[in-house]
Amino acid sequence: MARKISYQQAISEAMDQEMARDQTVIVMGEDVAGGAGTPGEEDAWGGVLGVTKGLFHKYPGRVIDTPISESGYVGAAVGAACNGLRPVAELMFIDFMGVCFDQIFNQAAKFRYMFGGKAETPVVIRAMYGAGFAAAAQHSQCLYNIFTHIPGLKVVVPSNPYDAKGLLIQSIRDNDPVIFLEHKVLYTMEGEVPEESYAIPFGEANVLREGDDVTIVAFGRMVNFAMEAAGNLQKKGIHCDVIDPRTTSPLDEDTILESVEKTGRLVVVDESHPRCSMASDIAGLVAQKAFGALKAPIEQVTAPHVPVPFSDSLEVLYVPSVARIEAAVTRVKEYS
Amino acid sequence: MSETLNRESLLKAYRTMRTIREFEERVHIDFATGEIPGFVHLYAGEEASATGVCMHLTGTDYIASTHRGHGHCIAKGVDPVGMMAEIWGKATGTCKGKGGSMHIADLSVGMLGANGIVGGGGPLICGTALAGKIKGDKSVGVCFFGDGASNQGTIFEAMNLATVWNLPVIFLAENNGYAEATSSKYSVSCDNIADRASAFGMPGVIVDGFDFFAVYEAAGEAIERARNGGGPTLMEVKVSRYYGHFEGDQQTYRAPGEVQKLRETKDCLLQFRRRVTANGEITNEQLDAIDAEVKALIDGSVVKAKSDPKPAAAELMTDVYVSY
Repeated sequence: MARKISYQQAISEAMDQEMARDQTVIVMGEDVAGGAGTPGEEDAWGGVLGVTKGLFHKYPGRVIDTPISESGYVGAAVGAACNGLRPVAELMFIDFMGVCFDQIFNQAAKFRYMFGGKAETPVVIRAMYGAGFAAAAQHSQCLYNIFTHIPGLKVVVPSNPYDAKGLLIQSIRDNDPVIFLEHKVLYTMEGEVPEESYAIPFGEANVLREGDDVTIVAFGRMVNFAMEAAGNLQKKGIHCDVIDPRTTSPLDEDTILESVEKTGRLVVVDESHPRCSMASDIAGLVAQKAFGALKAPIEQVTAPHVPVPFSDSLEVLYVPSVARIEAAVTRVKEYS
Repeated sequence: MSETLNRESLLKAYRTMRTIREFEERVHIDFATGEIPGFVHLYAGEEASATGVCMHLTGTDYIASTHRGHGHCIAKGVDPVGMMAEIWGKATGTCKGKGGSMHIADLSVGMLGANGIVGGGGPLICGTALAGKIKGDKSVGVCFFGDGASNQGTIFEAMNLATVWNLPVIFLAENNGYAEATSSKYSVSCDNIADRASAFGMPGVIVDGFDFFAVYEAAGEAIERARNGGGPTLMEVKVSRYYGHFEGDQQTYRAPGEVQKLRETKDCLLQFRRRVTANGEITNEQLDAIDAEVKALIDGSVVKAKSDPKPAAAELMTDVYVSY
């Protein structure tokens, strides 16, 4: 039965249900319990934002606090995955991937191919990403495009509570390494989520809204901005398809291409920097495979090519806005 | 010591060391012809280390290896015939020709892979050991790494993690004196790599890596302690490599006659043979017979590797994902 819960609760519930279902699922990371070795509570935090709260006592020995040692424990999660477990390693902020990148892209991502198909590495690496908390340049980036570039990794960017639960369950059950990215601003977003367990397959885009004029493809938090923009545009007589690919790898190319074949106009909304981004990737895909259908240049609404600024007056300019999306859609609609 | 090893075990140890030596000497010869693709890093000279350690391991124990990994693979039970084909880039190789010398792995025998990233194996072996501990299977993990990797942060992180989680892991530092062309006397900040053990709250042991029996004994103690819940050990094996960092390395950084002297005075096979034949426990003829059998095996592996097919074009796109 569905009831309204938050994105954060949906993620927590997915881990809880999978840990109950499968003894090989473990959770590890910095303060995923919080309190190890202290004189106080053993599960003081349950993750820096409380996402894993309550799992420590429910699953003894399977929720493991780590030192602040990302290469060490992310690599350990990868090794444990090779030896029969299904670890969910939490990296707190995606920005910290920089200190353990080797274990992800040289080790986990490559084992299966390098070892001639004889290895399976069912590891999930969770991290929060995105701007909007005034967390500044080293705690706000949007780096899913970097992991999308690496063969051997799957990359998941849920935009709402329902998808967060179903995609995380799929991530844990999946036999390949998965980078599961949670937008920090979305943690408080509420939505209808079934109580029972369910998995959403990778590589299947969600079409949230249908319209014949313009295709909007958006990722993560930007899906909600795109929906708001599309709602406003509808009142002005512009009707949009809004597509949430849900996973950047694998990518549901067909749904995007079919939409552009119908509308002939494309706006891609991506919170990453513009160069070598999902925005440029989708634009390239459509230019190559649906060139004949295009009636206007493709618009990319992205963050600028600058680090994420701290001050809220700058951060709000950094993140793509509903107004910028509306303006881009209007431009491509009016292009003749 | 040899008292703890029966005749059968001694012959097995000799066969393993000889197989590694023969394999590496043969790759050295064949690489010079230009027929082997890529590059290779040879383990010749260090055989007592891999063999003395892996003699204590079972099929459920894991090892993580290095770019100089052929010896570790053979000692852990990877089929040398498949390895030779892999090095030659053939479809019949251990990894179907998709890994090559630096990525030979066989998880079915607990070999988690040679590794092209210096220090990459430390965190991984903590993971296999953690999994073993959670499953309660009493398995241990051994992370082989070199003096070069001893300065990598991943190794420090892994040693810290292993103590924090009391993991059954042996950090096996093979100090062959050179990280590429730089001396470990220059690059390692203390006299011995093993001196760092106390900083990570674990025992540190130094062993002569040319002496199989010394390695065997020290490794046995550390592995038994780990298996019984006593936690990790840092073991430094002082050894040398007979060839360059990679094949083709002119080694102008080494002293004249350095390797020749080691081969004549300290060589692990030479020492082993002297010791086990001294009291008539084993005869020279028995060891000679093993030499001949190993030579035939390696010769055969090369003949096969040369004639085996390369991977088919379709193999380019397979094995990236379990499902996609």
